[in-house]
Amino acid sequence: MVAQSVSNNIVLKRLKRLPFASSFWLQMLFILIFSLLLFGPIINLLIWTVTEVWYFPHALPTQWGLKYWHQVFNPYSDVSGSLLTSLLIAVLTVGVCLLVSVPAGYALSKRSMPLRVFWMLLFLIPQAFPNLTVYMNIARLFYGFGLNGTLLGVVLVHSVHGLMFSVWISVAAFSATDPLLERASRNLGAGSFYTFFHIVLPQAAPGIMASCIFVFLESLDEFTGTFFVGAPDITTLPLLLYSASMEGNYQIASITALILLVPSILFMVVIHKFMKPEMLAKLGK
Amino acid sequence: MQQKEAQKLWLIAPAALMVSLFFLYPLCFSLYSAVTLDGALTLSHLDKAFELYSKDMLFTVIIVLVSVMLLAILSISIAALITLSPFRSVVGILGFLYRLPLFIPFIVAAQMMRTFLAKNGLMNNAFVASGLMTPMDTISFLGWSGIIITFVWKQLAFSTLLISGAMAALDDAQIRAARNLGASRLRILFGIILPQIAPSLGVALVLSTVTMMSVLSVPMMIGTGTPTMISADMAFRVDSYGDYHVANALGLVSYLICAGLAWFYLRQSLKDKGAAA
Repeated sequence: MVAQSVSNNIVLKRLKRLPFASSFWLQMLFILIFSLLLFGPIINLLIWTVTEVWYFPHALPTQWGLKYWHQVFNPYSDVSGSLLTSLLIAVLTVGVCLLVSVPAGYALSKRSMPLRVFWMLLFLIPQAFPNLTVYMNIARLFYGFGLNGTLLGVVLVHSVHGLMFSVWISVAAFSATDPLLERASRNLGAGSFYTFFHIVLPQAAPGIMASCIFVFLESLDEFTGTFFVGAPDITTLPLLLYSASMEGNYQIASITALILLVPSILFMVVIHKFMKPEMLAKLGK
Repeated sequence: MQQKEAQKLWLIAPAALMVSLFFLYPLCFSLYSAVTLDGALTLSHLDKAFELYSKDMLFTVIIVLVSVMLLAILSISIAALITLSPFRSVVGILGFLYRLPLFIPFIVAAQMMRTFLAKNGLMNNAFVASGLMTPMDTISFLGWSGIIITFVWKQLAFSTLLISGAMAALDDAQIRAARNLGASRLRILFGIILPQIAPSLGVALVLSTVTMMSVLSVPMMIGTGTPTMISADMAFRVDSYGDYHVANALGLVSYLICAGLAWFYLRQSLKDKGAAA
């Protein structure tokens, strides 16, 4: 009797494991298809960067080579020029965002701030509306001021777009600082400016750095605003990618895309440890 | 104390001024320009927009709705696998994979898809090489289906991140209790997890809609031919005719599409709250 129930138990356990085993392979199949769809476009891009000749109906390029890389990294090429423009715009945008969002973030981190929720929502608005129409009208507005096609105009457009990240992340960074340290410093006779720069700002520095990286990447990848405000005088990397691709020059477009990917991937590796879904669930609470 | 609060306002002023001047003002101006001509109220721009682009508007709504539905299905399945799968290797691989497109810019994704989905792209070539197709049967996916594929490919990372975050924040004891009482994993997903993460799902989908309506590069690079999305029409209207009125009328329609989805989401969540109370 006992022996029978034991053997029954074993059979039952085997039976229970069976659907699990099949569901394991099902899930693995899901992962396989998912990763094919995920990596397919990326691999296609990589192949195009080292293609010299590729036409229908060949499955792979008929001639491989680095010819276009030499063309791209020629000091007189469009790519190196627009890479410099892109970097300059991104750095200036980070500067503008820092300048306005550090004070705003500090003020908004105080719970006693009147109308705090209203101000926070105000900075959220640029992300809550489709901004295509807005860029169109900014371009029209800037045209009147002579800002169209200037570096300043593009920097301003990128800054407004990045402001949401920089303000919200700065608020979080300043909220995490210890208010007792600030009060102690004031009690010991330090002025408000001295206290801010020597006590409060160093504590919030890591968060503010993170916001700078976000703004930098956003500015580097921005297309729509630059398309309306900057073109044709200012050519950033995304604009160059677009025009190369529209002309059918896929090699140049793919290499430009790869250059744009580098900062994103670097940032991804750095932030991978901090970017936990569990943390995102707490944002804004 | 009064003085101190005034000081704080000065700290916010530059940032607030920037948003108002370079976002709120153009936003209001676009609404104003969509419904007026030389200062007088008129519906002629909207009429003209509907007359010329009603097909594209319908097309835009369909693209957004299909993408949003695909996003919901895919991101819930991935997040559910991550939360409920008993196999650590599956969880680890998926958790790494789905995040990859998060920081890939839209324009790079558009360029990737422009080559991948083309008639002689890697996707068709792979089908041909595996013997599933002959080179003559291949079709180009550049067009409405390509736009949907690109949007889903890029936005999946973001919506899955939000949804799996919400799932991770759930009370583990409920899931364990249900499992002890004999509920299957599918039953746990539909009976316990989904009702609780509905708000996060709504936020992810509404934000994705706003993003899809703002991105210009994808419809311009992948949606070749007609019909196309109204975002491409707006750019065309401004660039070729300098016709801001009709472009702004189209912008108004794009706000309405987003507002419609947001309204649906709000009504749904209010209903849920009403049922719970």
